[in-house]
Amino acid sequence: MIKVLVEKDSYYDSVFLMLIASEVKKVPGVEEAVVSMGTEINTELLREIGFGCPEIEEATPNDLIIAVEAEDDQTLEQAFEKARELFSRKKIQRESAEAYRPVSLDTALKMMPEANLIIVSVPGRYAFREARRALEGGLHVMLFSDNVSLKEEIELKRLAAEKGLLMMGPDCGTAVINGKPLCFANTVRRGGIGLVAASGTGLQEVTCCIDELGQGISQAIGTGGRDLRPEVGGTMMLMGIEALKGDPQTEVIVVISKPPAEAVARNVINRLEETGKPCVVHFIGLAGAGSSSQSTGRVLYAGNLEEAAGMAVALLQGRSYRPRTFTLAEAEVKRLVEQEVAGMSGRQKYLRGLFTGGTLADEALILFEREIGGVYSNIQTKPELLLPDPQRSKEHTIVDLGDDLFTQGRPHPMIDPTIRVDRLRKEMEDSEVAVLLLDCVLGYGSHPDPAGAMRDSIVRAKEKAKQRGGYLAVAASVTGTEADLQDLQEQREKLESAGCIVMPSNYQAAMLALRIIQKGGGS
Amino acid sequence: MSTKNMNVEKITELFSRDLIVINMGLEVFADTLKKEGGRVLPMDWRPPAGGNEKLSSLLKRLGR
Amino acid sequence: MKVDIEKANLEAASRMLRSKPVLVDISTAGEVVPGLEKKTVLHAGPPVSWQRMCGPMRGAVIGGLILEDLARNREEAEDLAASGDIIFEPCHHHSAVGPMAGVVTWSMPVWVMENKTFGNRAYCTLNEGLGKVLRYGAFSAEVIEKLKWMAGDLAPILGEALRRHGEIDLKSLISQALQMGDEGHNRNRAGTSLFIRELAPYLVMLDEPREKIARVFSFMHGNDHFFLNLSMPACKCTADAAAGIEGSSVIYTMARNGTDFGIRVSGLGERWFTAPATMVEGLYLPGFSAEDAAPDIGDSVITETAGIGGFAMAGAPAIVKFVGGSPRDALNFTQAMYEITVAENDTYRIPTLDFRGTPTAIDVIKVVETGILPAINTGIAHKEPGIGMVGAGLVKPPEKCFHDALEAFVEKYGE
Repeated sequence: MIKVLVEKDSYYDSVFLMLIASEVKKVPGVEEAVVSMGTEINTELLREIGFGCPEIEEATPNDLIIAVEAEDDQTLEQAFEKARELFSRKKIQRESAEAYRPVSLDTALKMMPEANLIIVSVPGRYAFREARRALEGGLHVMLFSDNVSLKEEIELKRLAAEKGLLMMGPDCGTAVINGKPLCFANTVRRGGIGLVAASGTGLQEVTCCIDELGQGISQAIGTGGRDLRPEVGGTMMLMGIEALKGDPQTEVIVVISKPPAEAVARNVINRLEETGKPCVVHFIGLAGAGSSSQSTGRVLYAGNLEEAAGMAVALLQGRSYRPRTFTLAEAEVKRLVEQEVAGMSGRQKYLRGLFTGGTLADEALILFEREIGGVYSNIQTKPELLLPDPQRSKEHTIVDLGDDLFTQGRPHPMIDPTIRVDRLRKEMEDSEVAVLLLDCVLGYGSHPDPAGAMRDSIVRAKEKAKQRGGYLAVAASVTGTEADLQDLQEQREKLESAGCIVMPSNYQAAMLALRIIQKGGGS
Repeated sequence: MSTKNMNVEKITELFSRDLIVINMGLEVFADTLKKEGGRVLPMDWRPPAGGNEKLSSLLKRLGR
Repeated sequence: MKVDIEKANLEAASRMLRSKPVLVDISTAGEVVPGLEKKTVLHAGPPVSWQRMCGPMRGAVIGGLILEDLARNREEAEDLAASGDIIFEPCHHHSAVGPMAGVVTWSMPVWVMENKTFGNRAYCTLNEGLGKVLRYGAFSAEVIEKLKWMAGDLAPILGEALRRHGEIDLKSLISQALQMGDEGHNRNRAGTSLFIRELAPYLVMLDEPREKIARVFSFMHGNDHFFLNLSMPACKCTADAAAGIEGSSVIYTMARNGTDFGIRVSGLGERWFTAPATMVEGLYLPGFSAEDAAPDIGDSVITETAGIGGFAMAGAPAIVKFVGGSPRDALNFTQAMYEITVAENDTYRIPTLDFRGTPTAIDVIKVVETGILPAINTGIAHKEPGIGMVGAGLVKPPEKCFHDALEAFVEKYGE
């Protein structure tokens, strides 16, 4: 039984609607539920999955569509009732709100002329126009939206540079300005380390490691993932570095990005050297503890995200950095590895890395490629190692579950853990899996209990392995701080109580998984 | 892109002030700031001209 | 861009704000309304033919023709109206405005409003009262008789009192009324009271039988909407001052005739952009329901056009209940109107918004861009002629008018 309701002229943001859809789907007997605005993409999707009808044909991007398929009429009614209840909760919240919510940016600026920053997270096709208006209005911009064209990004950054304003993005998910978390960010201690990053979860990992080491950050500027491409030339990265140069709170500067083109890298390094402050650079995937021969000694190259934090803290404290892989003593690590490998069957030989953070997946993938090679992924640069079916792991596999492939019509896995739980259910049927590698990202924007959400599946996966006469090792890390709204300690404990080995960082978790694979190795 | 004379005064200035934020889009981001005691004005954003293609292109011809 | 639209709009808004509507006289339509002839029947809203007119307007036309002795009864009036001998024209084309059916004919007394700043004038009949009246389409003998009394006694007496008093500053009265819970369209009680107060000392000194003067007082006192027919021409001569500015997207006319809703834009001359009138959403008087309602009708939306009426709703809490909303709704409606207007009024202010000036000068570009349509408070007429008001509420104008106007504007001024 199908029921479709179209409410004209009722705009809601996509995340809110997807969360409502996932609640409605939980009503027993509901087979499918879609709650979305009537954009072309959405109406096409609805048609494809069998909800096509005249109301949907006529729906506009300003109309709300609720479409439910259930086993009987009664369930349909319950589903719609659930949806109504969730919508009205929001309405009541908004009605008791104090101020009017402006529709246009012009009015917002009139209502709050002293505003200095705007967060733009509207659908990509509208983002350029709004961000440009914002810059013209003198606002610094945090542009969370993706699906903004490269050409538009170049124009926005040109305008931002001309006006001397921040243009963080597009596709910038994380920043912390003046201690205030913007979009997905952790509550990190304030201190003397300033960061500029072209990677969201990379920034989260480094800032959390800094916090864990007892130090803090002055500013964490996001640039968006494409900033260091040759066409964009690292505009925001360079502006960010320059701004941190002039910031009295910033004593050490950290830069995080995927390896940029030669010319851009040179500009970045030069500008870092010109700051006169000690700097740490981490180009993800480029190894290099200690300083490079090309630098003046003030710019250090870190080999991984945690190391970037460690080096920065050492510089801040005026001591030299002692590189090490594990926090635990080597003997302890050996013992752990042996313990994990002990119960494994001869069939078990593969790694499965299931990540919600793109850069964390990247870090693990690069590490494994370097050490053992032949790792499949949906984010592989080698075409022969791209997963043929992203939904099915093959041999050694590391997946970035936040990739567009997985998030069509669904919230990002950092917000909604069900994508990963679904994948875990598949992995646990595979008797050739030796190690699971997981991230767990806390902070604003993330799910209130990511560890709790996957705990049961981890326990079941281990049970299944045991029933098959083997043992499933699970290595994990939790990216977060004591001050995050999810309880860091409790998150770690939830995973540990399920049998995970929780390591202090993504890098260490990946390294542990590597050791287990190397030791086990299908022997 | 010329990077010689980068004007970043306004950015450095921002670092010494309170953030006063306008939120255009996903409401969760405004909620976050409110929880952190930040000043934020949530907008009731909707697609310009209700997402109507024809009207959007008319507006573009007026430079909007 | 071929023109500086923002500059043009600021000029249009400025002209509205600088306008000073003043009541200068009462006269008869035939004497003062430009271009009016014996066989002209003016009506509310954009141009409409007899064939397309709705029930209440037809009834009013019939009444008008009977009043002017051009027909003796309904049948004759209908034949005459359909014959082509009668010239039907919008009030707006003759510097006039009329509430509901808005029918104006030769012998009807009219207020004469003058915009002292720019010299342009506007005219409007006197408000007959509630219930079975011409503007709701009634044309019975009582209706005609009352109209004749208005022309024979009411208007001359008021006119004489006005001459002794001198001109009355309507801008000042409206401004005061807005601070007393009126909004100038659907709620006019304070305005009516202020007007009576203004003329009272002069009325009592007239050399007329006391009964006649008493009847004039009672008439005004018994009609809470008496002031509407003053606020409307005040708004008309204000809005007209903003007409004809090259490159301006400000709306200087909004009007309905019960069949169509129409707007006119400053930079687009006198061209109407029309679409079928919508139904009003509101509360109904006991015994009536949505089935009885006529479509939206009348020139009274000129009040919103000039920045009062629905645009001052936040200051008229009594109206809000009547239109079925909460005080929060009223505030929100008004707040939303700031998104689509060019200026904040410097004279008409809203006490509940900290005396913020009302949103004034609607910009059609902003209407289309934000999707926010002007909020209009209005009365609801019965769809059958002559029954009267059956309720009041909020009406959203048809968006097509604004879309078409934008298209024409872009054709003329866009890249």
